[in-house]
Amino acid sequence: MSDQTLSPHVFVSSVLLEPAPPPVSDRGPVRWARAHLFGSVPQVLLTLFGIWLVFAVIPPLVQFFLIDAVWEGTDRKACLPADVGHPVGACWPFIWAKINQLTYGFYPADERWRVNVVYALGAVLLLPLLIQKVPYKRLNAILFFGVYPVVAFVLLTGGNFGLKRFLLGYLGFDGLFPIGATVAGLSVAFWADFVVSSALLALGAAALARFVAGPGAGLGAARNTLSALGILGAVLLAADIDVGLQPVETRLWGGLLVTLVIAVTGITASLPFGILLALGRRSHLPLVKICSILFIEFWRGVPLITVLFFATYMLPLFLPGQLTIDGLLRAVVGVALFASAYMAEVVRGGLQAIPKGQYEGAMALGLPGSLKMRLVVLPQALKLVIPGIVNNFIGLFKDTTLVLIVSIFDLLGAMRAAFTDPNWATPTTLFTGFGFAGIVYFVFCFGMSRYSMALEKRLDRARHH
Amino acid sequence: MKRFLLAAAGFLSLVGAAHAGTLDDVKTRGALNCGVSQGLPGFSTPNDKNEWSGFDVDFCRAIAAAIFNDPNKVKFTPLSAKDRFTALTSGAIDVLSRNTTWTMSRDTTLGFNFAGVTYYDGQGFLVRKSLGLKGSKELDGASVCVQTGTSNELNVSDYFRANGMKYREVIAFGTLDETVKAYESGRCDVFTSDRSQLAAVRLKLTNPADHIVLPETISKEPLGPLVRHGDDQWFDLVKWTYFALLDAEELGVNQKNVDEMLSSPNPEVKRLLGTDGKYGEGIGLTADWAVRIVKATGNYGEIYDRNLGPSTPLGLERGLNNLWNKGGIQYGMPVR
Repeated sequence: MSDQTLSPHVFVSSVLLEPAPPPVSDRGPVRWARAHLFGSVPQVLLTLFGIWLVFAVIPPLVQFFLIDAVWEGTDRKACLPADVGHPVGACWPFIWAKINQLTYGFYPADERWRVNVVYALGAVLLLPLLIQKVPYKRLNAILFFGVYPVVAFVLLTGGNFGLKRFLLGYLGFDGLFPIGATVAGLSVAFWADFVVSSALLALGAAALARFVAGPGAGLGAARNTLSALGILGAVLLAADIDVGLQPVETRLWGGLLVTLVIAVTGITASLPFGILLALGRRSHLPLVKICSILFIEFWRGVPLITVLFFATYMLPLFLPGQLTIDGLLRAVVGVALFASAYMAEVVRGGLQAIPKGQYEGAMALGLPGSLKMRLVVLPQALKLVIPGIVNNFIGLFKDTTLVLIVSIFDLLGAMRAAFTDPNWATPTTLFTGFGFAGIVYFVFCFGMSRYSMALEKRLDRARHH
Repeated sequence: MKRFLLAAAGFLSLVGAAHAGTLDDVKTRGALNCGVSQGLPGFSTPNDKNEWSGFDVDFCRAIAAAIFNDPNKVKFTPLSAKDRFTALTSGAIDVLSRNTTWTMSRDTTLGFNFAGVTYYDGQGFLVRKSLGLKGSKELDGASVCVQTGTSNELNVSDYFRANGMKYREVIAFGTLDETVKAYESGRCDVFTSDRSQLAAVRLKLTNPADHIVLPETISKEPLGPLVRHGDDQWFDLVKWTYFALLDAEELGVNQKNVDEMLSSPNPEVKRLLGTDGKYGEGIGLTADWAVRIVKATGNYGEIYDRNLGPSTPLGLERGLNNLWNKGGIQYGMPVR
């Protein structure tokens, strides 16, 4: 830096010139475009192709779904070009007319509030669970994963199952308890059976634990068995008690309701089962390992359609006459087991990526096996495979449409059925319907995808010091 | 393996035997289990009020009305063409009312009984007017669009062979909608399906006036409801529900005038409506079974007009499905 005051010459400027801005071609949007859009010949070609693609796709879509679309009407005449007098794009009144069908299926109109409550409750419980800053995560998780499924189940089906017998009843000790007697809508026989069976099971567990692990283990085993049965009892009680709701059979469910029930159950069940299976597959106990491998390879080896078809049409032929399992339940269980096998392999990939040092470090800290997995290995492994897990979730969400082949009408099934209504048969009904279904599926899948990316970023902070 | 198969067959026949008293099962259950199509215009579709509606659906409602005096005591199971027979065999449904063609193999080896022909359909051709075709004998060299897995596929190749014609190609698609779009986009010259479906397909075409249905009907497709072998009482009930609908139309008994008709002096009406004799008891119901049916769904003609007739978008003329004394071949057996 020169000292201005030292300069004796008049013609020397006494102030420093402001640095001139770079030439136009080297700054602002022009520079950005040069660097990113028109850097080289292939880049220019790609850019031009992209621009052409946008202009080829977007305007016709806007034209079809918005500008030429029909928004109001009561039947097909509203969407016929001959009757309207101009080219007709999307026939939105078709969607309005079928929106109940698409949201609830054949769920009785007077009972739809129950579905709405389930939708709303799910959103209210899920949103705070997903947002990191909201407190009471543990309580929230218990409510969402423990209480909500039971509440939703009772609300949707109506509860009051009229359970008749528990273990002893099925094992042939039918006469022990008074069949038919009820207290507050609950079968005395069932609950007496339940209490006695629980006591017997707890005693059995205690005896087994004493035999295997020596005295002292018996009390703990009995307590664990009893608390597991207690939870089961609470769930059964909620399902059995008469809450005064009209029962609604699952065959009446349909549309988005079925899509969400199958997808959410599948998603929430497949993750824990998948983790257990992945751990089982890496276990050193031969029996556990073989069972896990058999399970995973079996379910990965058969197509989902086969699973659903078998569960729906073959199973009833093999079950004794009076024993029937609900059709939707069969499909849900099939989908959940199927998804678990895939999830197990994703999680196993994560487990394999954890260096041996992590296991050894945990062991050096003196952590027992379960804590080693829970505190050290799994958190890292699961974080690594978030993209894979969410990939599975999204795949599962879209696979739910396969239940159509076993006569369960999910969103797409309800839509296809709606296409056959002659009162709405127009040249554009099909495109409108699939467009709408596409938007709905996209909203859910894109939401999951964005959330997973945010989650990755948050959990990956350790790597970006 | 053989022993296993024998055991399985024995087991299945046991299961079959367990379903002997279908009417009793239906009464205890409090609802009729009816298999319908997953969606077929005019025959079974969910309407805007979220109820199943259509010609096949109304037939099941008529059975339910005869049994329970309530056309809504039906549980509809929508079935695909593949699953329909499995569902009936396994006892998941009591009656299959799903535009099923009465064929010999279905009636005999599959172990079902057809209760009647509720709708006489037949396969036809839809072509562009611009081709200038007069009849289907001129279709030599055409490419044909057809839905895969249907009997239409077989019929069309039989027809071409029988008439010494060659088609350029048969293009088969999985669903009706795909097939229609392919035909409309010009992938093929002619679209073939049952005539009742061609009427529904025309509704989806951009310019319906540019297409015509050729006059020939190339196959017989008698559609009707089916029940399992082995329960004659139930078979009779389904059969006579169908006859009652026809007899009611023939005798002029309809949904509006059925109450007045109770005092009709016509002996045939009296026997049908149970004011004379107790014919309904022969099928395990009460004497006024036909009154309940007509009140709930109307007679055959009313069901037809409501779902398929000229006032609906499908606009199908009665044709063969008119009563025998009005130029058709629908013929209700007499109640006496």
